[in-house]
Formats: sequence, C-alpha cells, structure tokens
Amino acid sequence: MNLTNIVSFLELDKVDEDEVKHVADRRGFFKQAGDFSMKAALAALPIALTLMPKTVKAQTSTVVGVLNFALTLEYLENEFYVMGLAASGLIPSADKAIFMQISKHETAHVAFLKTALGSSAVAKPTFDFTAKGAFPTAFTDYKTFLTLSQAFEDTGVRAYKGQAGNLITDKGTLKAALQIHSVEARHASEVRRLRGDVAALSIKGWITGKDSNGAPQASYDGEDNITHAGASLDSITTLAGVSSSAKTEAFDEPLTKDQVLAIVSPFIVS
Amino acid sequence: MNQELIKKNALENKLTAPLKRRTFIKYAGMTAGAVGLIAVGCKESDNVTTTTGVDLGSGDTGILNYAYALEQLEAAFYTTVVSNAAFTTTFSAKEQAILKDIRDHEIVHREFFKTALGAKAIQNLEVDFSTINFANRDSVLTTARTFEDLGVSAYNGAGNLLVDANLLLVAGKVVSVEGRHAAAIRDLLNPKSADFSGDNVIDASGLDGAKTPIVVLAAAAPFIKTKINASNLPTS
Repeated sequence: MNLTNIVSFLELDKVDEDEVKHVADRRGFFKQAGDFSMKAALAALPIALTLMPKTVKAQTSTVVGVLNFALTLEYLENEFYVMGLAASGLIPSADKAIFMQISKHETAHVAFLKTALGSSAVAKPTFDFTAKGAFPTAFTDYKTFLTLSQAFEDTGVRAYKGQAGNLITDKGTLKAALQIHSVEARHASEVRRLRGDVAALSIKGWITGKDSNGAPQASYDGEDNITHAGASLDSITTLAGVSSSAKTEAFDEPLTKDQVLAIVSPFIVS
Repeated sequence: MNQELIKKNALENKLTAPLKRRTFIKYAGMTAGAVGLIAVGCKESDNVTTTTGVDLGSGDTGILNYAYALEQLEAAFYTTVVSNAAFTTTFSAKEQAILKDIRDHEIVHREFFKTALGAKAIQNLEVDFSTINFANRDSVLTTARTFEDLGVSAYNGAGNLLVDANLLLVAGKVVSVEGRHAAAIRDLLNPKSADFSGDNVIDASGLDGAKTPIVVLAAAAPFIKTKINASNLPTS
C-alpha cells in the first residue's frame, strides 16, 4: 500500500505542474478540503495531498533525495551483513539468527526503496568496510564487526529521524520511513546488548549520554541532548528524581544528511 | 462551453494517463468510502471513540494527548512492575536493570508530554492491570511486549497526522526508544532469536507496524478504566 503511494507519487513528476493545478482547481479539491470525506480521501491517498500548486515538483525532488539518501544507507547496511554472514568463522552460530534477521530486513529495505524510486534510484556504491584501513578486521574479528554494526544501526536510526521533517507533506512516504526507522531501532537495541555481552562492555539497548562505547564518536555526538521542542527535561520538577542518564536515554536524536554522509563516507569508495 | 469541456477532458486524460488511467480520482472516492466504513465499524464495536469520556482534543494537541495517554499507561505499568514485592525474586539482576530503565524512560516521556501540553493536558488516567500477574515473569514480559509493540505502531501511525515538524521530530525521538525497548523485551522472552524484530511485527518489506489511533486505543482499552474520547483527533 505504501509502496504504491510512493510509486504513484513519483510518477506525478511526469505531469505538468500547471495541468495539475488547473485540473485540481476544476475538481474543487481545495474548496472541498473541509469536507470529511475529502479529508479521508486525502489521508488515504498521499498523492492527492501533493497536488499543491507550485510546490509539487520541489516536493518530488525533496522526496527523491530523501529516498536515495536512505537507499544509500540501506545498500551499505545490506552489503555489510551479507559479507558478515558469508565470512567463515566470524559470527558464532548461536548469534546467526540475529544477523540473518537483520540482513533480511536490510535486503527488504533496499528492495522497497528501489521499487519506490524506480528509474530515479541511485546505483549501489562500492564499499570498503575497513574504512581505508581504520577497521582492518571488519570481517575477521567479531568484536570489530559488532562495533561497526552498532554504529551503522544507531546512525541509521538518527538518519531517518533527521529526514522525517522533509517528508511531512508526503504522508505515505513519511509513514513508510517511520516504519523503517523503528526497525533500525530494534536492530540497534539488539546489536548493542549483544555487543555488551560479547565484548564485556556495559552497553544498554538505548544510548546513554553520548557514549560511543568505542564506536565512531560522530555517530553519538549530540545524543546527550535533553531539550526537546524547546523544553529542557531538567526544568520539569516532577523529573527531579530521574537520573540524567535516563533523561538522555529516553530520547534519540537526529542527524542531518551531511552529518550522516560524513560518518559513512570513509566506508564508500565510489 | 463545449469547447471548454472538450479541452478539459483532454487535459484530464493527459493528466491521469501516467497515473494508470483515471485511478487517482476513482481511488480517492473509493478509499474515502472504505475509511468511512472502517471508522464506523470500529466506533460501534470498540466503544473507543465515544463522545463521552476524556476528550483528547483535536489537531496536534489531540495527537500529543494521545501520546500522553499511552505514555501514562506504559509508565504506570512499569512502575507497578518495579514496585511489586516479588520484583527482585521474579527477575534477574540484568532484567531488573532493563525494566527500571524502561520505567524511567516512560516516566520521562509522560512528564514531558504533560509539560508540553500544559493546560491542554488530559487528566491522569485510571489503569486496569487486573489481568496481569506482576509476580510472574512471563505475564509481565508478554504484557510489556504488547505495550512496546503497540507504542511503536502508535507513533508510526500518528506521525503523519502531525502538522508541526518540531512535534514530528519529538515523536521520532520517542518512537525509536520504544523500538529499542520492544527489541530488548522480546529478546528477554526469546534470547538470541529473530524475535527482537520478529516476522509477526515486521512485514516482508521490512516495515514495522503502523496503526491508527482508533485501532491502538481499542487494543489499549482493556488496560484503561477511564473512557477516552478520540473522536476529535485528526484522521488525515
């Protein structure tokens, strides 16, 4: 359903903007916007919501940009897990079920986004998971693999979160993006706790402060923020008894596209 | 007049051709009907969107109150879990730490939404946990799983009902933490399995659940004594 919406939405780009406006006006789309049934129709059909004069093309290019950004990250995650699962002796058999499930989802995300983007989809980059030698044991040492997995998942969560606002007028795409976002969060939680056990580190499923636990720090900078929508959690008197750790853990933080690209660019050859 | 009509038809054909015939206009009408039917069906069977009871309100305020209601439920649940006399004997030290953390997170969420809503915040809800055995590990963890999965699907389904991008960001900051909780609870129930993001919650496209407020409130209703009026919430 979401997929159809996204695909339909992207096809709209082929329609001339003035024609959209003209017909939309004639159809009385906007005059009837207060009517409940029309509201329901608009909700169910995000494409209709994009029939806004003058902004339709800008929105399309924004959405394509967001989806291609997401696709690039999913390409990276997908290849990382495919290679990890294929590396003999890397993942202990007891932990394979976890990574097979994560890998399955990343593969599905790539397919979902590629289908949504159609001919606008970017090609898969060439990756170097050693990051030019920074992680030479990415696929030979399990702890290194777990460190990278944690960083990719937590960064993925932050990346989707940072793009939500860019999709606010495209309701179908926003919903699908949120549905991927929480899956990445589930992955992150699982990998973090697993890594804590394997590496004998104190790592929770949630991010405390801006602790990176040895993963690239840029993936965690800003996670210690406790001010949301202008309100500081420290100013809420009923939270006086709650630890500052819990306050930072309770909210995940976004990253901008540029911040994310800076984090992943060492892993992208071309 | 006729010429204008012909011009209009030609234009419409041109417009809708790339959208596979005229489906977008037709689909719009059909879907409106379908949504109406579903809404009516839920209203009659679940008694959630009664016009009596605590009014969540409309617009973004309504969605924030909806989130506040769910966070009240979750916070009350984990507070009861942790304060139970059998807590330290029912759960391992690791499990206790996780459940206490989650309790704190849900309290932070609850108080944040209450503060953000100010005078528009709904009252404290009365909960009903009579079906939960708080001295039983399985009863607590399966209920926690239900609440966390429900919370994730609630935020995923409500995000696109928000108008203010700042509030959407806040919802995004909260939902991923609920997703982290869900995975941890699911892993406690079936360690090192695929269940942390199991096929019963993640679909074949790798998408997590997304439910409308009406569906979520119906699922939460057995645990909330206070009647909730969600009839003024945005539906689009």
